[in-house]
Amino acid sequence: MFIQQLINGLTLGGVYALIALGYTMVYGILELINFAHGEIYMLGAYLGIIFLAFFTTVGLTAYSLPLAMILTFVLSVIFCSAYGFTIEKIAYKPLRNAPRLSPLISAIGVSIFLQNYVMLTQGATDKIFPNLFEKAGIEFIGARVTYTQIFIIAASAVLMLSLNLFITKTRMGKAMRAVAQDKVMASLVGINIDTVISATFIIGSALAAVAGLMVAIYYGLVNYSIGYIAGIKAFTAAVLGGIGSIPGAMFGGVLLGLVESFSAAYISSEYKDAYAFIILIIILFIKPSGLFGKSQEEKV
Amino acid sequence: MYLLEVRDLTKHFGGIRAIDEVWFRAKEGSIMSIIGPNGAGKTTLFNCLTGITRPTKGVISFFDREITRLGRDSIVKLGVARTFQNIRLFREMTVIENVMVSQHCRTRSGLLSAIIRSSSFRDEEKAIREKALEYLELVGLEAYPDTIASSLPYGSQKRLEIAKALATEPRLILLDEPTAGMNPQETGAMMGLIKKLQGLGKTIILIEHDMKVVMGISENIVVLDHGMKIAEGTPSEIKCNPMVIEAYLGKEH
Repeated sequence: MFIQQLINGLTLGGVYALIALGYTMVYGILELINFAHGEIYMLGAYLGIIFLAFFTTVGLTAYSLPLAMILTFVLSVIFCSAYGFTIEKIAYKPLRNAPRLSPLISAIGVSIFLQNYVMLTQGATDKIFPNLFEKAGIEFIGARVTYTQIFIIAASAVLMLSLNLFITKTRMGKAMRAVAQDKVMASLVGINIDTVISATFIIGSALAAVAGLMVAIYYGLVNYSIGYIAGIKAFTAAVLGGIGSIPGAMFGGVLLGLVESFSAAYISSEYKDAYAFIILIIILFIKPSGLFGKSQEEKV
Repeated sequence: MYLLEVRDLTKHFGGIRAIDEVWFRAKEGSIMSIIGPNGAGKTTLFNCLTGITRPTKGVISFFDREITRLGRDSIVKLGVARTFQNIRLFREMTVIENVMVSQHCRTRSGLLSAIIRSSSFRDEEKAIREKALEYLELVGLEAYPDTIASSLPYGSQKRLEIAKALATEPRLILLDEPTAGMNPQETGAMMGLIKKLQGLGKTIILIEHDMKVVMGISENIVVLDHGMKIAEGTPSEIKCNPMVIEAYLGKEH
């Protein structure tokens, strides 16, 4: 039971962490809570269904399932990155010097627009993700671990490690950290702020797309409103870890997944969604800036 | 050859004329000082030169190219770097990272080569690091590359700012009160460093309150008061200019 819940929690936590990273990266750079981010995750799931259906129609899935899956992932990531990039250009960039509440409201608007756009074009009922991987798995110390779960945990870990490497080692990663710390100073060493912001949205959206597609495979069901609750949970994870902090979002996501899975198993599954917020309230009482956040003096 | 030309530069903030029709030129390879009482518009002038503030009117040209309306990063790429009166560093980065990130506009390795860690990426990374160490050595911080910037003592932070400015490979360096808050010994070292920068072929414009520094190293001085240029000349000319004495000490009774 314990091991089983641990595995379930890590699976869920990996997904939350991937989405939370998008929230935290955008917040770190723009101090904007991108409420439309959950919708990118939802789009990732839908695009996955669409591309996979297409590959099945043309016979690629029957020819080679792994190839079809890889192409589905790649295309969903590209499309979602394009959505993220475009949303920033249309909805946030024109408001960059506006009062802080304006882009926030714009973000909520984008979120409502995307939900309705998908509802109108794809229908309001659940879509089924084809069950391509039977519930095959392995026995692991008395727990049953499906290959899908192993894949989700491994993929989340690899993506998070790569992101960390990207942020600490590459030129663009360094530029991102510089912009997050001081935009004016960053532009004065020749960093193009617009490019960095676009890169942030593209990377965040790519991670959300992968998360959405993995959840679609895991649960087998997709609905136009899944982005809302997943977005709120991932946002909670980001706040839990300290919004703006990348290791914070990773840790917060995994922690949230574990809390949900254990409390659903050991306490009651009725209030599954409430535990996340209970933990959030407790942590914010003890450490208002989140687990990895730095307490900041108010800028005058 | 004039590196920088400022013509008719004006900046209004509401009804306040922070800079009012200022003209001046800076010769390539020279050290120039901008002085004036508090609130004379010196820092606003620097902000206009680096694209932080858009001037209300006037023209700034750098190497015969107008830069008045260019973005901050484009101005840096053309070769204008600056430091701030109240030190601005990437406080959470290490000393060497601060310098390395400042080489951003002079490097090119993209994301793809970083992921596959191609040999050109590794070579460039190594070159950037070596170059950063050179800049640190120049300002005397080579012993602390891995210290977090905000934990350096004040004087060293000021020197790190200069290393950062140098890392953008500028032709013109604007120093905003480089010796503010320093003791005489540190001030002397800073003057030496500024001379050293000139020796490297850099043109330097500094805002400074310490008259020993101003008179000691500048070839040309521009005096601002209430946003207007009230005098310009060599240190000895400025010293006995009655307008300047009046601006600083008030009218004699």
